[in-house]
Amino acid sequence: MSDLASRSAAPSGADRAAGARRGWRPWRLLARLNGPQTLGRGPAFWGGFVIVCMLVGIYPLFSDGWTVGNTAYFFTWTFMAMGLCVIWGYAGALSFGQTAFFGLSGYAYGVLTLNIGSAYGFTFLALAIGVGMSALLALLLGYFLFYGRISGVFLGIVTLSVTLVFETFMAQTAGPEWTIGSARLNGFNGMTGMPPLTLPWFDGELVLWPDIPLYYLLMGMVIVCYLALRIFVNSRFGNVLVAIRENPDRAETLGYDIRRYQLGAFIVGSSLAGLSGVLYTAWGQYITPNSMGLYAAALPIVWVAVGGRSDLTATLIGTLAVLWVFQTLTIYGSQYALVVMGALLLVTVLFAPRGLVLGLVDLAGWASGRLRRNGPASGQEDA
Amino acid sequence: MAILETRALEKNFGGVFVARAINFEMQPGEIHCLIGPNGAGKSSFFRLILGQHQPSAGTIWFDGQEITPLKSFQRIRLGISVKFQVPGIFKALSVWQNLEIGLQYHMQGDSLSAEIRQVLDFIELTDQATERAGNLSHGQQQWLEIGMAMSVKPKLLLLDEPTAGMSPQETAKTGEMVRTLNAEGMSILAVEHDMTFVRQIAQQVTVLHFGEIFAQGTIDQIVADERVAKIYLGKTNEA
Repeated sequence: MSDLASRSAAPSGADRAAGARRGWRPWRLLARLNGPQTLGRGPAFWGGFVIVCMLVGIYPLFSDGWTVGNTAYFFTWTFMAMGLCVIWGYAGALSFGQTAFFGLSGYAYGVLTLNIGSAYGFTFLALAIGVGMSALLALLLGYFLFYGRISGVFLGIVTLSVTLVFETFMAQTAGPEWTIGSARLNGFNGMTGMPPLTLPWFDGELVLWPDIPLYYLLMGMVIVCYLALRIFVNSRFGNVLVAIRENPDRAETLGYDIRRYQLGAFIVGSSLAGLSGVLYTAWGQYITPNSMGLYAAALPIVWVAVGGRSDLTATLIGTLAVLWVFQTLTIYGSQYALVVMGALLLVTVLFAPRGLVLGLVDLAGWASGRLRRNGPASGQEDA
Repeated sequence: MAILETRALEKNFGGVFVARAINFEMQPGEIHCLIGPNGAGKSSFFRLILGQHQPSAGTIWFDGQEITPLKSFQRIRLGISVKFQVPGIFKALSVWQNLEIGLQYHMQGDSLSAEIRQVLDFIELTDQATERAGNLSHGQQQWLEIGMAMSVKPKLLLLDEPTAGMSPQETAKTGEMVRTLNAEGMSILAVEHDMTFVRQIAQQVTVLHFGEIFAQGTIDQIVADERVAKIYLGKTNEA
């Protein structure tokens, strides 16, 4: 060993900036699509990914309009699930109140578009503003939470309280005095009548009703979001998030201000919850206080836990599967749907604590003898 | 100028003192061992230095700068690093990732990979690089954490019972590691119960008792001190 103790412990800001400049290469970003924090790598995985994308792409050609629109509805929720996966699964902070951001952005989209309309692509600006409002709320709330060193179950209690306060407040806005411009908040019945996402299209407009165009837009957004989050969690920032999840004291004593990293993850995850809120509102042209209630707040936890909270792919697959099962159950026996969801969560916690999708992956790996007895742990050469 | 100094440092929890008027000084390049009976306040002293406890009174100085008001991560960035008593590694991650997370603050790309390989070689875990850290033996986990702590090239390395649970061979190997790091200029402050290990590495020894400095000196002076033998070793030298 030579010279192990010769470097200063604290590199200057200029050193780090120079290092960052040296490291800024597009292929470095793309390389982070594969990494120790995400399931799947290599030609087999990405070949399968392309095939799945192609199948999802041609699916509307073989399905009816209602089913395509309904699948688009499933897509709207995946952003909130992936965001919660980042906050909970990667950063280790269980937020029980992601629906607060969902509702805030949804209502913001409604108020803006009911007042200004959909001309000149304004609905997309409203989408951006709605998501930005969630990011701002996450910055404010997260600052007090993480810089106040709130963690564990208390973080869940505070975030759940926030969403329940939002729900309670919006539920009492039924009177005519609760109007913003021409948008009535409408209390417990919720706000309706806002335009769907609308694109300027040659001489007219392309209105994205819950049908094929919206399906393709949402499919593209899900793919882009999934790939971007893979890069994010496999980045240096993502490495620190995982370190905080595993051992926050150790992460801090490696020189990281863990509050900043937790706040960053919270803002990213909450913005995605806001994105879900806007897309949901635009999809159905309504938003109600129920979307921020206890029942609504619990569902993302179930989706993410059942799929596998510590991996984006598992979360995405699990969320779509659970949404489909839940909707089917609701259609054929609404009174039992939530009970079955609770049972599913219990079974997952007891028999596949890493989640059903990751549990199946582990099982397949064990059966083929390709994974080590206690699960994968890669990382070499990913630096 | 001392690398580490505490002036009238005190910490009490509801009237119970874990540190009482500690005036401690450690010179650069020194290997200094803290010994004392269980409950003497050794680990609390480390937590005070790291900023995980805020002192009730007194100040802490590192490399000529007062660090008392600084957060833990800010102290680390100044050049302090620590190996905890209970291995503070990321058990679900690979050995490689454990080191990468510590080092990525300082470097990236090829130089990062090269540095990780160098540290792996030093802590003799090259063959376990892709293993889950939680699957390592206890001694290997201790070495991994020493690797993580020293990889950030601190000026001052705090080691809280670095040989706890190790075999005699592992303990001897750890002593060699510590001396190698010290030979390259790293100051080391270690809490240790194993007197064989203390004899192997210590240049200066401080004995803590009920949160106070009870004795200070070279290892030979401390071992020859009847009062230390009585409170710490439970016997006299004649016994």
